[in-house]
Amino acid sequence: MLTVRRLTLAHLWVAFATFGVAVVLGVWQMWARSPLPAPWRGPANYYLSVTAHGVSMAYVLTTFFIMGFGYFVAETALQRALPGKTWAWGAFWTGIVGVAMTVASILSGRASVLYTFYPPITATPWFYVGLVLVVAASWIWCVVMIVAMTAWKRENPGRPVPLAMYATVANAVMWLWTTVGVAVELVFQVIPVAFGWTQLIDVGLARTLFSWTLHPIVYFWLLPAYIAFYTLAPRAAGGRLYSDTMGRLSFILFLIYSLPVGLHHLFMDPQHSTGFKVLQMTLTVLVTVPTLLTIFTVPASLEIAGRLRGGKGLFGWIGALPWDRPMVLATGLAFFMLWFGGFGGVINMSLAMNAMVHNTSWVTAHFHLIFGGTVVIMYFAIAYEIWPTLQGRLFASTKRLNLQLWLWAVGMMVMTVPWHILGLEGQWRRAASFNYADPRIAAWGPWVVVSLVGGLILAASAGLFIVNLASLRRGTTGTAPPPFSYAVAVHPPTRVPAILNGFWFWNLCVLALMAAAYGYPILHGLALHAPGAMAHRLGGG
Amino acid sequence: MPAVSEGEIVAGELRWGMFVALVIAIIFGTVVWSAAVMQRMPPSGGGVIDPKTLHLSAEFSEANLGTAVGPHGAVFVRVVAAQFQFTPDCIVVPAGREVTLRFSSPDVIHGILIAGTNANTMVVPGYVSQVKTVFRRTGDLMMPCHEFCGLGHSQMIATVRVVAPAEFKPGPDGRAACAHG
Repeated sequence: MLTVRRLTLAHLWVAFATFGVAVVLGVWQMWARSPLPAPWRGPANYYLSVTAHGVSMAYVLTTFFIMGFGYFVAETALQRALPGKTWAWGAFWTGIVGVAMTVASILSGRASVLYTFYPPITATPWFYVGLVLVVAASWIWCVVMIVAMTAWKRENPGRPVPLAMYATVANAVMWLWTTVGVAVELVFQVIPVAFGWTQLIDVGLARTLFSWTLHPIVYFWLLPAYIAFYTLAPRAAGGRLYSDTMGRLSFILFLIYSLPVGLHHLFMDPQHSTGFKVLQMTLTVLVTVPTLLTIFTVPASLEIAGRLRGGKGLFGWIGALPWDRPMVLATGLAFFMLWFGGFGGVINMSLAMNAMVHNTSWVTAHFHLIFGGTVVIMYFAIAYEIWPTLQGRLFASTKRLNLQLWLWAVGMMVMTVPWHILGLEGQWRRAASFNYADPRIAAWGPWVVVSLVGGLILAASAGLFIVNLASLRRGTTGTAPPPFSYAVAVHPPTRVPAILNGFWFWNLCVLALMAAAYGYPILHGLALHAPGAMAHRLGGG
Repeated sequence: MPAVSEGEIVAGELRWGMFVALVIAIIFGTVVWSAAVMQRMPPSGGGVIDPKTLHLSAEFSEANLGTAVGPHGAVFVRVVAAQFQFTPDCIVVPAGREVTLRFSSPDVIHGILIAGTNANTMVVPGYVSQVKTVFRRTGDLMMPCHEFCGLGHSQMIATVRVVAPAEFKPGPDGRAACAHG
């Protein structure tokens, strides 16, 4: 009996409604940057829009989706009622208040600092306070997830925590570590300046603290996609998970390696030595390991399904897969986009090659492919997978669902291939408009228009997604879904070592790695006492 | 259900693990090789400087900005990146010689890239950013600010004029500037 139905739906609708608005803003931004005449053009509108787009996609869509899906997993994977539901609702409303404050701040025009802040440019303090509330809400979620797993383990001594829940708690633990950096930056540096209590800010230190958060936050967004790869896709395809242990190892590796690598966002910054840039680059190379393990284990799981369905030969099993099922189709499309996005990422993390692409459209293309492509398409698939359980009836047909997924993948490729090309040609980021009268820039025009077409396809897909979800309502006629279930391993584990069933040891590993990777850069930043920069408050003051 | 024993699964994963190790080694080797052998290093170690008094500092005072050739022939370029322009907004450099570009900001975060080259750095108030490069082709290159710095960010763009070595003629004080017009 699902007791988190309303809780999950409330979170997912907030996530997807915000997402719908943010997609439209994104399309307008591309229009404004193109050579075509666009309405409402101008830098004030543009940076307001970019701030709203980034905050909506990166903080609201992700946080609310992950929280909602986490509650659903905790109840369905552990098969026991979620503990602390009052706390969960408290977290929801805390997050809503935070979002409302943030949105009001952005609309006032005094928070156009983009979602990555850029001190000493300083927004109205309520922008930051609102975001802190959203993060605080997610911390409550983390505690609820840990409590749910601990309670289950107490009742089931010696049994392995189901992989979906183990991975969800890995994400919660990682998120607690992740948010320390940005929380310290906001509470001790940015918010005091925003309220006018202090006038100077150490920008190098602020950037270092933000980088602490900036990489693992992406893995926080990504892990639900991986949870679906391991625990939903094999079942949806009609197969088995190839290896439960490999799944656990991958999520543990994400926890420990996604954190001590944020300095790779600061390769082009002056405040860090080459030595620490090299150290964190080396650790960044290792963060590819869990993904490389996944691209073996998940296709191996799907291969089992394909062969069970009669697929023969080296590749015949691929054609035999049930591609008409949204979860299977989305997994295939996500892997396709992950291939391109991952390749771009390997270029970015290369100490030397990064100079070729840093802060060009190449980077924008990279994270739109990984996040907008791989991650968000799996958010769609997860929603399609759990919606029947939430609404008590099956989708009558999956045709419109699959069409929506195809549109999203095609739109994402049409949008990001031009961005990669333009980035290599030196098109810089965060420009509100380009002077196409300049012959060096004029040649970019056609590519920018192509990317706008990709954006329009994405907008059509986003609209169809909302329609698809809204059309499946409770209480109408239709087939009731079977009880929700997760993929079973080829050899389901009966016992796993304690180290693969909890997080104490891995937290110690994170502590040691973070001390090694960030201890000196932060202490050095504090000891260096770089001269502060004057606050630049938007709207005066 | 294809017959797959637990041992076969572990062996398969281990084989793949070795392949992953090989991939990682190749990626890491390529990166280290490009950094060490091709001497491509990120900007680091430029030093700190007070943004509030940048214009009064010896290095970034107005008279010292632009291109200057030192006594041993080393070419230095000093540029202030401020909301919303570079000073100077055109710099002249010789092709085929190592050029050291030094930037700083008196106000907010900026950044530069020189289109068509690997010259790229953030400009963070409080620090000096230093980039060494050799320009291979002559011509007027775009040097835009590539980091959000406020509403005028899109208009913040300078020119790097790369000239043939024979046309690079610094004055008796060792300074060179873009010809007007």
